[in-house]
Amino acid sequence: MSTTVPTMGLPAVVDDSLALRPTLWMRTIHFLRREPLGTFGLALVIIMAMTGGFAELIAPYNPTANDFAAMTEAPSWAHVLGTDQFGRDLLSRLIYGARTAMIVGLSSALVGGVIGLVLGVGSAYFGGLIDLILQRIFDIVMAFPLIILALAVVSIFGTGVQNVIIAITIPLIPRCARVVRSSALAIREIPYVDAARACGFSHSRIILRHMVPNVMAPFLIMITASVGQAVLAEASLSYLGLGVQEPVPAWGLMLQGGAEEYASTAPWIAIFPGLAIMLSVLGVNLFGDALRDTLDPKMRNR
Amino acid sequence: MRKALLAACFGLGLAAGALPQATEAQTPKRGGTLTYMIPADGGPSLDGHRETTYAVLHATAPFYSVLIRINPDNPSSTTDFTCDLCTEFPKPSDDGLTWTFKIRKGVKFHDGEPLTAQDVAASWKKIVSPPAGVASARYANFKMVESVAAPDDETVVFKLKFKTLSFLPALADPYAYIYSKKRLEQDMHWYEKNILGSGPFKLEAFTIGQSVKGVRNPDYYHAGQPYLDGFTAIFAPKQSVRVEAIRADRAALEFRSMPPAAVDQLTKELGDKITVQRSDWNCGNVLTPNHKVKPFDDVRVRKALFLAIDQWKGAQALSKIAIVRTVGSVVFPGSPLAANKEELEQLIGLWPDIDKSRAEARRLLKEAGQENLTFELLNRNVDQPYLIVGTWILDEWSKVGIKATQKVLPTGPWLDAMRSGNFTVALEANCQNIVNPIADVGRWLPYDVEQENFGGFLDPTLVEIYNKMLPETDVAKARVLMRQFEKRVNDEAHQLMVTYWYRQVPMRSYVKGWKISPSHYLNQDLANIWLDK
Amino acid sequence: MYLYVIKRVLLVIPTLVGAAALVFLLMRLIPGDVCVIRLGSSGGTFDPKAVTLCHQELGMDRPIWVQFFDFMWGIVRFDFGTSMWSAKPVTTEIWARLPVSLEIALLGTVLATAIAIPLGTLSALRQNSWLDLFVRVFAIGGIATPSFWLGIISLLIVLDLTSFFLGSPWMPPIDYVPFWEDPIRNLSMVFLPAITIGYRYSAITMRMTRSTMLEVMREDYIRTARAKGLIHKLIINRHALKNAMLPVVTLIGIEFAFLIGGLVVTEQVFNLNGVGRLFVQAVQNQDYTLTQALVMMTVVVFVFCNLVVDLLYAWLDPRIRYS
Repeated sequence: MSTTVPTMGLPAVVDDSLALRPTLWMRTIHFLRREPLGTFGLALVIIMAMTGGFAELIAPYNPTANDFAAMTEAPSWAHVLGTDQFGRDLLSRLIYGARTAMIVGLSSALVGGVIGLVLGVGSAYFGGLIDLILQRIFDIVMAFPLIILALAVVSIFGTGVQNVIIAITIPLIPRCARVVRSSALAIREIPYVDAARACGFSHSRIILRHMVPNVMAPFLIMITASVGQAVLAEASLSYLGLGVQEPVPAWGLMLQGGAEEYASTAPWIAIFPGLAIMLSVLGVNLFGDALRDTLDPKMRNR
Repeated sequence: MRKALLAACFGLGLAAGALPQATEAQTPKRGGTLTYMIPADGGPSLDGHRETTYAVLHATAPFYSVLIRINPDNPSSTTDFTCDLCTEFPKPSDDGLTWTFKIRKGVKFHDGEPLTAQDVAASWKKIVSPPAGVASARYANFKMVESVAAPDDETVVFKLKFKTLSFLPALADPYAYIYSKKRLEQDMHWYEKNILGSGPFKLEAFTIGQSVKGVRNPDYYHAGQPYLDGFTAIFAPKQSVRVEAIRADRAALEFRSMPPAAVDQLTKELGDKITVQRSDWNCGNVLTPNHKVKPFDDVRVRKALFLAIDQWKGAQALSKIAIVRTVGSVVFPGSPLAANKEELEQLIGLWPDIDKSRAEARRLLKEAGQENLTFELLNRNVDQPYLIVGTWILDEWSKVGIKATQKVLPTGPWLDAMRSGNFTVALEANCQNIVNPIADVGRWLPYDVEQENFGGFLDPTLVEIYNKMLPETDVAKARVLMRQFEKRVNDEAHQLMVTYWYRQVPMRSYVKGWKISPSHYLNQDLANIWLDK
Repeated sequence: MYLYVIKRVLLVIPTLVGAAALVFLLMRLIPGDVCVIRLGSSGGTFDPKAVTLCHQELGMDRPIWVQFFDFMWGIVRFDFGTSMWSAKPVTTEIWARLPVSLEIALLGTVLATAIAIPLGTLSALRQNSWLDLFVRVFAIGGIATPSFWLGIISLLIVLDLTSFFLGSPWMPPIDYVPFWEDPIRNLSMVFLPAITIGYRYSAITMRMTRSTMLEVMREDYIRTARAKGLIHKLIINRHALKNAMLPVVTLIGIEFAFLIGGLVVTEQVFNLNGVGRLFVQAVQNQDYTLTQALVMMTVVVFVFCNLVVDLLYAWLDPRIRYS
């Protein structure tokens, strides 16, 4: 859940024009020094991305290779994190699972975020009936339980990572749109925008050059929060049997079925995927928090 | 030396505790409440005639009586039928076409009303020939029954159109509850929402979606029974909850089955506080290629699919992680009509030499021009044993070059995909209430006879064999015909039975009297259960 | 102001209608139907005539628009029909399960706020201290942990710990008794799920408390009060906390609506006979009427919470009112 503070203060565009503009490099160093937790979070995220990206190179075994001779084995030198009920190496499945988590998380967050950005800014800018209708649609989708959406998408379009992404993206769109809209609304009120219209600037120029840059901060924060939510959503859906299906390695799927069945005798099957989910969402959220602290102008003067 | 002896004794003790209890001559103790779990959510209605899920049966069977049943003291037999409401087991008259049952006197419904043959006849009429607007899930099993009548208050007469070995097992259907004629005449749907029987227990409380509680029926007609004061049945769909509940003694057992991992865990942790009963199960997975979809209209491709799978070794390996064990064909392995090992090994998919089998599979695929066969196997999103068996089958197919993936769907869409023919190859299940081989194999008939066969094929020869087998009452001759039936299904590679399931029921050792059977629908009225506490 | 209130309340209606239409449509797009599941999911043979009969009984053989009109008309009259799976009235089904879910939700909320507000406040006051760091990590942990995983692990821990220390494992009861019948048994069943749900809830509230406290503390009037020399504690209690609480309270309100989503998985783990589990069953059984009713219930709660929040903010910030 996003915890954006309702910014009833002045928009960032005013602040920026008065202060000295630091370079991106200076900003990064500033960030790393001031935000230890955020740096830690970023490190976790990068590790996860690297692991998923180079899965073929890192993983010791094929994640879908059954080995009926080595079922539910405890962690050992042969299988560092043990094996699951099919004899598949848990470490390899976790590594490939990072790829699935990354794909699902990033895709859902980016697609959902961008669509939300467009809809949110558009809704704020054009106002009136469009705003009214879009707001109602956002309400409906946000209130709608994810499980039905997921079941519908899975049943109609079949299983597969892309369909899970669709199912998870849909509820993310209105959340992002809402946040973006409230920031954009503040910009909308400035006389500058009306002046620009009077001068004959086109809608798209005003939107792209003035509104979008100023909602970037909450938008980026929203995206990082969404990645975490997407990963958790995939886990819940897989637990209910509506997410990614066997034998695709995905952390949420690893927690379903077999994990619970073997939770007492082979706890590693349940513990490690859960830890993986926790650490990656933790990392993303820590980073997002630090990002918000840095980008929020009021917090800057600490 | 002493330590070794102690260890040996300890080990023996553990092993003895883990073995199924031998039949004991202990005297049953009266008293106590049995708490057990039903591994499902609450069923749709309470009417046993109408429903097919075991959730309904496990929750309601203790309240009702039936006419005849499998002997509760010998439930693993497929032929030992005894009387519940009848006085003695009759012999058929009229060349086997008429069965006359004498009903016990003095049986009462739980509201005090007497139970007579009229009630028995009315209940059976509802099952065999339901009036319009009333559903009877198994009425197709009773095509041989011409009429049911109660000429007086103590006699029920069944007249058959033709003799068949499938009549008695069908009559012993555990769902064939005897209802009150009066209630049925008031409202045929009354029993969907109400419970009123004459069984060993009376309804005490029914909490929707949560539990069913029963208390002893003091007027029960089997002397001395039930031994229990009452029972509590709790709906618990999640397996981990059930295992932990038994571990922590929140419940004594669940009557369906647990996978090997759970059984191992419980025996390891609880030692001799746990007793495990095991049995082959009258359930199995069926591999069904869709004959209407190319290339599965080609019998060679279908045969190749079956030949690639090593059931003998595979079943053994899978039995450690899944609820499967025994290899068989269309008939339940424990039945007198089942094939023996030599006969099984003649069948495609069950050849003892797997390398020869796979070589033949590859040859057939090449001949049919399908060397790089790629398709999706439709499966249900249930771990035990569908997903496990499915994953294993995919692995086996890859060994002959077939590249298949699983398309896993939740139950509703899975059933729908099969019914609408929207699949290439499907893994389905076949579970029957009671071992009734001649009725059970009806499921393998083509869709013009058996509408719920999703294979999409027609085969008049098969139907002809079946029609010869149905009225055959000589077991030896029926067996010969059954082998012909089996061979035809196999030669045409219509469908393949992929391992029969295996029941393992771990229970707290203080639960006595209940014996396991090949069906989780049988022996559930709890009348002969007692607690050794 | 009144005009705004009326306008805002009226806007609720299209949301409800839209949600009803969406759930109606989506459920019917999913292949499969409740009758086939009812008869066929055991793997045994069943009679196709029974399926047809079932369709007739449930009115599923009527044209789609007739069914839709029936549904909408029913909502208007607060008549949600009967469950397609069990043929019992939908209200009966939901009512039987509401106590469990409500109790857990409320207990979880109470626990969460009891922990979150003090800790969040302290964390803001002692910013960048070790306490602050601990609280921040603890809170992020709450957001990052999948609640069902937490449930599974916590149940395991309880079993193993009691097995180790007491000799035999203890597990919460698996059947529910109301609080007034047996408070100890009731609480022993409810406390673990409440903690599982409450952790995430408290994490969110803690973070919100902390950030709004930080924001308020920098306000000029607080600095003025400090300069005037009022005792620190008095400042915090009277000025800062009061103003910080508003966003926090509204967040608690909105998150409560999302709690129902968390209940769905948690009730599976702990075998609780609640609304969340009913929802999963209804969706899996493709029980249209029950699912529709449950979704409408969720939507109504969500919409109501949002309405209250919007009205509250409009009352506070005149700019929004006149936009």
